[in-house]
Amino acid sequence: MTAAAPSVGVPLPRRPGRGLRFARGVRHYAPAIAVFAGGILLWELLIRAFDVRGFILPAPSAIGAALVENWGAGRWPLFESARTTLYEAIGGLVIGTSAGLVVAFAVSRWANARDAVLPIAIAVNAIPIIAIAPIFNAWFGVTNPLSKMMIAALLVFFPVMINVTRGLTQVEPAALELMRSYAASQTAVLRKVRIPNALPFFFTAMKVATTLSLIGAVVGEYFGGSSTVIGRVVVQSASALRFDVTWAAILLVAVTGIVFYLIIVMLERVFIPWHASVRAESR
Amino acid sequence: MTDAPRASEPIVRISGVDKVFDIDGRAVTTALSEIDLEIGRGEFVSLIGPSGCGKSTLLRLIGDLTAPTAGRVDVNGKTAHAARLGREYGMVFQAPVLFEWRTVEENVKLPLELLGMDRSRREERAAEMIALVELGDFAKHHPYQLSGGMQQRVAIARALALEPSILLMDEPFGALDEMTRERMNSEVLRIWQRTGTTIVFVTHSIPEAVFLSTRVVVMSARPGRITRLVDVPLPHPRNEDTREDPRYFRLVTEVREALRAGGGSPLDLAEASDERLAAEGGIG
Repeated sequence: MTAAAPSVGVPLPRRPGRGLRFARGVRHYAPAIAVFAGGILLWELLIRAFDVRGFILPAPSAIGAALVENWGAGRWPLFESARTTLYEAIGGLVIGTSAGLVVAFAVSRWANARDAVLPIAIAVNAIPIIAIAPIFNAWFGVTNPLSKMMIAALLVFFPVMINVTRGLTQVEPAALELMRSYAASQTAVLRKVRIPNALPFFFTAMKVATTLSLIGAVVGEYFGGSSTVIGRVVVQSASALRFDVTWAAILLVAVTGIVFYLIIVMLERVFIPWHASVRAESR
Repeated sequence: MTDAPRASEPIVRISGVDKVFDIDGRAVTTALSEIDLEIGRGEFVSLIGPSGCGKSTLLRLIGDLTAPTAGRVDVNGKTAHAARLGREYGMVFQAPVLFEWRTVEENVKLPLELLGMDRSRREERAAEMIALVELGDFAKHHPYQLSGGMQQRVAIARALALEPSILLMDEPFGALDEMTRERMNSEVLRIWQRTGTTIVFVTHSIPEAVFLSTRVVVMSARPGRITRLVDVPLPHPRNEDTREDPRYFRLVTEVREALRAGGGSPLDLAEASDERLAAEGGIG
């Protein structure tokens, strides 16, 4: 059967073919790539033209060379350091996200929990992470990766908790009335309305949380720990005036952060393709 | 077909209902006062009145989405509360209230899932309902891919999925343009005739109320009261010709005058109730 008046409907947009999608992708990213490549080139040229000293700002070529040279061996093995830092960050991300989710569900379910927990959570969030990092190192062991994970977790916890709570509670009142008219149980409302409603909020939080987990891990490392971690490499190479290595380490963390972010974006497309933000991006 | 059948046993019985909204126990607004109304099985009743007359509140009382301050509401021989727990209602709001993460089909299945109906029956029933509102080609679409009118049809399909004894519609077409609204009116009448469901319909459009209903309940504001019941003996099936029928115009005028009469001052109200007696004698 056809609809009586299909003219009022918006036709389902046809999914573009692979070739066309690739071409569109190139066109979409071309300006960014051009600006990035141009910037690197200009950087290289300026360093050479004005003979800038390496400890002020190394040339991209020097940073690249340092990256290759220190990848697997030497005083600052970058790959191993990045791997350890990533491990700490992921651990912190898992702990912080889990705690954030548990508190968010409790807080959105019981008003008492909200009154009890929310002020404390806000107070904890107000503590500068730099100040708490040495304390966590002392508590959980300065060489124990758990100390870095807990610092990362502390940073991750708050945005996850706040966003997911918002997603679980900011449900259209009419949607709740609809569920009420069907005599739906609280569990059914949670499963069929609140959780799907919270998913976009959760992914928004995760985009911030992945970056925060890396920051937390690196900050924790600044205050001591095993030497093959990005934070220590940054501190030590800088004090040895090997800024090419410092920059290489920073580059490595930045790339890790970007990969983290892209993974979340991919998960968004899988889990919430219906949400306006995803629809707009994948157009 | 002529007039829709009106069974003797009422499906909705509202007696002596007051609704007072309060803040911290302090009465603020009397939304409804001394409401008595009976709605017969299979009737199509519209509630019409100025904003603030409590017509939506009255609908929500029937659906047990809010409780009366005084009086009682019975639906299908039990309290409105028991009827809601028995899943006897279909609700359609002004906004379609579709879940954006569900396709058209999945939205229609929602009440069936809540009922615990098994998967194959669910598929079957949802397909049936989607066909009823003529959205078969759009079953796999998401709400954002549909126009406002189509979204509202999905909401109607969902509301009818459980075969409710009564369908409550709260200004369902208020947000649609005039042409879509007229088409939706015909659609609702068609569905009403095919399913035989009792429909209570809140609107602020006089033509819509007259075109759709077997009876129009005219209300006045502050406090919300029923000032007049207007029977609409227009033949069925109703179509575009109905809108040009002189009887249709007369009824539209009658409802408009009833609304104006119920417009405000106590004097007006007294007049209105006189008129109501006269009208009931004349038309009933």
